Amino acid sequence: MSLHRDASHGNDSTGRYNARFPALILGMSPIISIQGLTKTYPSGFKALKGVNLDIQRGEIFALLGPNGAGKTTLISIVCGIVTPTAGRVLADGFDIISQWREARSRIGLVPQELTTDAFETVWDTVSFSRGLFGCAPDPAHIEKVLRQLSLWDKRSNQIMMLSGGMKRRVMIAKALSHEPDILFLDEPSAGVDVELRRDMWQMVRELRASGVTIILTTHYIEEAEEMADRIGIINHGELVRADEKNALMQQLGRKQLTLSLQQPLSSVPDELAPWGLHIQADGQELVYSFDAQADRNEISRLLRKMNELDIGFRDLNTRESSLEEIFVDLVHQRAGEQA
Amino acid sequence: MSFNHHGVWAIYKFEMARAKRTLWQSLVAPVITTSLYFVVFGAAMGGRLSDVEGVPYGAFLVPGLIMLSLFTQSVSNASFGIYFPKFSGTIYEILSAPISPLEAVIAYVGAAATKSVVLGLVILATGACFVPIQILHPFWMVTFLLFTAITFSLFGFILGIWARNFEELQFVPLLIITPLTFLGGVFYSLDMLSPLWRAVTLFNPVVYLISGFRWSFYGMADVSLWLSVSISLVFLAICSAILWWVFKTGYRLKA
Repeated sequence: MSLHRDASHGNDSTGRYNARFPALILGMSPIISIQGLTKTYPSGFKALKGVNLDIQRGEIFALLGPNGAGKTTLISIVCGIVTPTAGRVLADGFDIISQWREARSRIGLVPQELTTDAFETVWDTVSFSRGLFGCAPDPAHIEKVLRQLSLWDKRSNQIMMLSGGMKRRVMIAKALSHEPDILFLDEPSAGVDVELRRDMWQMVRELRASGVTIILTTHYIEEAEEMADRIGIINHGELVRADEKNALMQQLGRKQLTLSLQQPLSSVPDELAPWGLHIQADGQELVYSFDAQADRNEISRLLRKMNELDIGFRDLNTRESSLEEIFVDLVHQRAGEQA
Repeated sequence: MSFNHHGVWAIYKFEMARAKRTLWQSLVAPVITTSLYFVVFGAAMGGRLSDVEGVPYGAFLVPGLIMLSLFTQSVSNASFGIYFPKFSGTIYEILSAPISPLEAVIAYVGAAATKSVVLGLVILATGACFVPIQILHPFWMVTFLLFTAITFSLFGFILGIWARNFEELQFVPLLIITPLTFLGGVFYSLDMLSPLWRAVTLFNPVVYLISGFRWSFYGMADVSLWLSVSISLVFLAICSAILWWVFKTGYRLKA
């Protein structure tokens, strides 16, 4: 699957000014600006509690959070499907409430559920979406999108005849039919096989390269780790953290050094107490956990001390905590603070 | 983009394509049903039924039967048109598109009304095969045809938004519209009723539409033309007001 947008500037076929290069234009105003966004449903459930978030032009932003955290509510408000209780959202500088036409015409949405018309053909449903978003018919563009998503051969098929993975591609094609500047992918990998997931990641990267800003929610932390430039973690309707992926992993990540001992220990000697070690595997292993940003010399000090104490080791290995562990830590830490 | 005409056209075309896919259900079935009415009431029993104010009974039936189809098909087309995206979840696309409520109504109601008008004309042609028909006031005939198709399509659109399941979707057409239509003078003139029943029938809004439409054919009416027009306008105003409120509050459309 290969995807290339025309990265030329000027006015595109939708009549909008096209500034989608290079990939990340630093110093420009955010393409999405969310201020104090609150949503309370009629049942009284507070889905969002004053979320502030800026999404930069041309980035891939992953929104992570457990079920019911408010991810889909946040996306649905920006796309106009859910009405906010309070707060303000600007999409490409346009207020989603007072300038809804301009805002919505710049956004494409691929929802989580596979909701398509069963009896329509692929070509008709994608053309329908383009018209719905106020764009003049452009068979060349529709053909390009369908070819890019490997749907060209299926263009005359009714959607109900397609596999789940193909239906997912149709939904992406519909969202891209009107050449949006901002693409929301709500759980794009849900129910998708490994191959299609890899294809989709590739497609998302190519879209980003052509200047489309992509916001995705995902349960697959691996997906966020693989794809995102920045990550936002949302829990109980609050944005717990939003940061560059690498910075997040460096600041919040933990490392672990495991030493396989020559002689088992029954307890950690008092002299090693400052390092907060613990033993495992029936005393065969000594484990030292430390912040990713910790003073690198601590390991040498520990090893020197062990040498002084005549504690020998056969092997050692280190591992870094994954984004998943960081995510779980953040969510639990927050839950602990709130308890 | 002050008016999203591409969006309106997209929905209109989509709805018309749906009718094409279900041609039997949309057009052929109502035509067969109406033909059966002509066969039973016109040909089989018509000979034994006396003329109504000088109009042969079979010909008297035609405007009523067109209205009957117009009511039921407008409501059914428009309600299904908006209910199904709600049911299947594809409504997300309409709600997230740069299309205003008014534009969406024009598209959905326009398509439903178009289908009803086409059906009405087909039934008129079918009727002309069985009985002699004259249209004394063509302008008013077209006006009532369009007006009824639009108003009942609006009503159907509201029903489609209101309905939470297929049972609710069928409830109003089957239990309210069909009885009101049958008791609204499709098959008889109000003069044939006793004074008490005649007074009761006048509370049925459908009477005024059928009466006005029949007047445009044969110049005979149960109530005055202007009363028919006024009641129809009131019904249109009520439907429009409800829809305005629905979109203002997002009732059963937006959380």
